[in-house]
Amino acid sequence: MSEVTIGWYIALSAILFAIGALGVLIRRNAIIIFMSIELMLNASNLAFVAFARHLNDLDGQIFVFFVITVAAAEVAVGLALIVAIFRTKHSINIDDMHMLKG
Amino acid sequence: MGNPIIFIILAAIAVAAALGMLLSRNAVHSALFLVLNFTTIAVFFLVLNAPFLFVTQITIYAGAIMVLFVFVVMLLGAEQLRGDRTAEVGKWQTWFSVILFAALIATFVYLLATGNADTMVNAEAPIAAGPAEVGLRLFEAYVFPFEVASILLLVAMVGVVALRTKRGANV
Repeated sequence: MSEVTIGWYIALSAILFAIGALGVLIRRNAIIIFMSIELMLNASNLAFVAFARHLNDLDGQIFVFFVITVAAAEVAVGLALIVAIFRTKHSINIDDMHMLKG
Repeated sequence: MGNPIIFIILAAIAVAAALGMLLSRNAVHSALFLVLNFTTIAVFFLVLNAPFLFVTQITIYAGAIMVLFVFVVMLLGAEQLRGDRTAEVGKWQTWFSVILFAALIATFVYLLATGNADTMVNAEAPIAAGPAEVGLRLFEAYVFPFEVASILLLVAMVGVVALRTKRGANV
């Protein structure tokens, strides 16, 4: 069997990213949508680390640190928003969040 | 960049876990599938000469972030959406989304097939990438983004506290 090349890692990253995007589109549960966003961030992290290994450079790993930082901040704020919405609407179904609709 | 057999096994677990996260009805099951997925990606980081990211991925992602998710799911009692169980499938939006998913996959396949990513094999020995090297690079070349990231975390923390405070209440 052939050697594992960077193409394999990029393919895996693309598949995981596409599954995450599909999750954002088809699920109605706001928390599951958040999990799908995390999945997409992780797919991009995998591509970053694969390129860092391929180019033998640490910069890709540094970028992953920043992605993880932003993801942590995003999850904290996003989950607080979901809890706040749940308190007023008693639902986290995104189909129920249509107050901005004219 | 790793043994092909190990890669295929791990990739299959990662994709299966992602699909399980997407398709399971129960949000707690979704969270556990996502933990499995994150752990698999952490093992990939180890294979790809990023040991410090491996530990970070386990502690931050599979640990802290997923605990937050499970905590909120259980706090809200939102394991399943109330109401129609079939509300999530069968709508025209679902089929449209699946078509978009297929288009995205097709685009990736096209790009990978026409690009030269598959022909490149890096046979060089991996550079040292322990915590010391990563920290040196972070503080030598990326000091300013590092400080911005710390401010971002501070703003997020203050924002969460502000969100949880009732308007006009004495804290």
